[in-house]
Amino acid sequence: MDTFLQQIINGLVQGAIYALVALGYTMVYGIMGLINFAHGEVVMLGTLIAITSITFLIKAGIAVPLAALIGISLSVLACMALGWSLERIAYRPLRHAPRLTPLITAIGMSIVLQNLAMMIWGRNYMIFPPLIEKTQFEVAGASFTNVQVIIVTVAALAMGGLLWLVYRTRLGMAMRATAQNPAVAGLMGVNANRVIASAFVIGSALGAVAGVMVGSYYEIAHYQMGFMLGLKAFTAAVLGGIGNLAGAMAGGVLLGLIEALGAGYIGDLTGGFLGSHYQDIFAFIVLIFVLMFRPSGLFGEKTGDRA
Amino acid sequence: MSTGNNSINGNGTPPLLIAEGLRVTYGGIQAVRGITFHVKEGETVALIGANGAGKTSTLRALSRMLDAAGGSIRYQGRDITRLPPHRLVGEGIALVPEGRGVFPRLTIAENLAMGAYTRRDKAAIRQDMEHVYSLFPRLKERESQLAGTLSGGEQQMLAIGRALMSRPKLLLLDEPSMGLAPIMVQKIFEVIRTVAAQGMTILLIEQNAKLALETAQRGYVMESGEITLTDDAAALLHDPKVRACYLGE
Repeated sequence: MDTFLQQIINGLVQGAIYALVALGYTMVYGIMGLINFAHGEVVMLGTLIAITSITFLIKAGIAVPLAALIGISLSVLACMALGWSLERIAYRPLRHAPRLTPLITAIGMSIVLQNLAMMIWGRNYMIFPPLIEKTQFEVAGASFTNVQVIIVTVAALAMGGLLWLVYRTRLGMAMRATAQNPAVAGLMGVNANRVIASAFVIGSALGAVAGVMVGSYYEIAHYQMGFMLGLKAFTAAVLGGIGNLAGAMAGGVLLGLIEALGAGYIGDLTGGFLGSHYQDIFAFIVLIFVLMFRPSGLFGEKTGDRA
Repeated sequence: MSTGNNSINGNGTPPLLIAEGLRVTYGGIQAVRGITFHVKEGETVALIGANGAGKTSTLRALSRMLDAAGGSIRYQGRDITRLPPHRLVGEGIALVPEGRGVFPRLTIAENLAMGAYTRRDKAAIRQDMEHVYSLFPRLKERESQLAGTLSGGEQQMLAIGRALMSRPKLLLLDEPSMGLAPIMVQKIFEVIRTVAAQGMTILLIEQNAKLALETAQRGYVMESGEITLTDDAAALLHDPKVRACYLGE
């Protein structure tokens, strides 16, 4: 088996998921300078809500494709509502507070949501119901599944849709204007509250889609899964230049590839001392290097002075 | 303090904008200490004064970027002192902010479209865009360029064009000459006069008192947060005190 090609494929799939989650961080940061550390928990809730609703529907005798469609839609809608509520309840009252305050609130919300999930779903790993029959393909010594193909395709479509929304619609123009100069955008008649809420809602919808992908890819889920995923997606956003949409997409894919290749070769590189389960260190090595040598990220226009 | 015999114009309609006893605090300092002034429909009024006299704070309160600490602002007979800023443009008030405030990473066409953000009449928006391009042909040439790549003067043109895109009844201009080369200042003021001649009501805040008074019909002189003098612009231009303090004579 060809390790290189295989890890490129794995990295692309993981990277597509990171990219979707990273977009949620970067949209909110771009518009209001806040790092919404609770975003990883939104993704986790997206996975768990999808598991519960799809499992329930299948048990109720509904055909799997329809159950999946309804379950995924429910998960997306629930996460959109959750993102909207987070902004409305936790962050809006702190809009004019010192920068550290909403950041600490975000970490607090992350803990609250994690504990809420633990109370509802318990501490055990949950099985994500199989949505389609898995088939495996072989190309040039590397293998991939139809699930992986679907993940990458849906992620690409979702990102294309987001770019269309941000660059081709009136709401998108208002979002970009607000990110660049909120006071003047207000003078043009843009309701900043609505634009900020939209960023949360859209980011959460993408997060829910990513949550379903993670669930169906790894086939298990857990109330703590959002923490590491969120941290890595945040790293991807920083790598691409936080606040920059194309940056979050590129950063996500790049981080996925770095991680996969790192995991594939770490055994050889360390003479078997470290195994592929050390793959998490690569994301944080990347984060440290970006912060040290290029804090504005690959696509970043300026070094942010915001918290 | 009297607003003179100008408070009600010939045919008896009340002024478009009236500020009464307006007070504004900025950074813990009373920047505006209870000023009263008005702007009638169709006229251009200049608010002049030295740097730090409270002109920009006054305009920020009018455009609702700052809350008034006291007094009232009435527009078309309605109290707008507490109106949220994003509702102003719908009322027909547009501001060209100090330092232009263009959206640097939006194209020129997008900046103009932002000016028409609250409007839905696509065909008329397209027409108004052509009108702005006819006022500023430079902008037409660079339509799809990012606004951040424009020179200061071109950005000022864009900011004025963007404000016009909302079809305002009242145009607030904050220091349009600031930081611009003299030739550009002349161009900008030519357009301001053209827009005024087309019937626009304008409140012009300027440090360049001569230019402002030559453009306006009436003027108010602001000093340390208070209005100390008001008259017809022509009279102010010849007022010995104004000439000494603001016209450098």
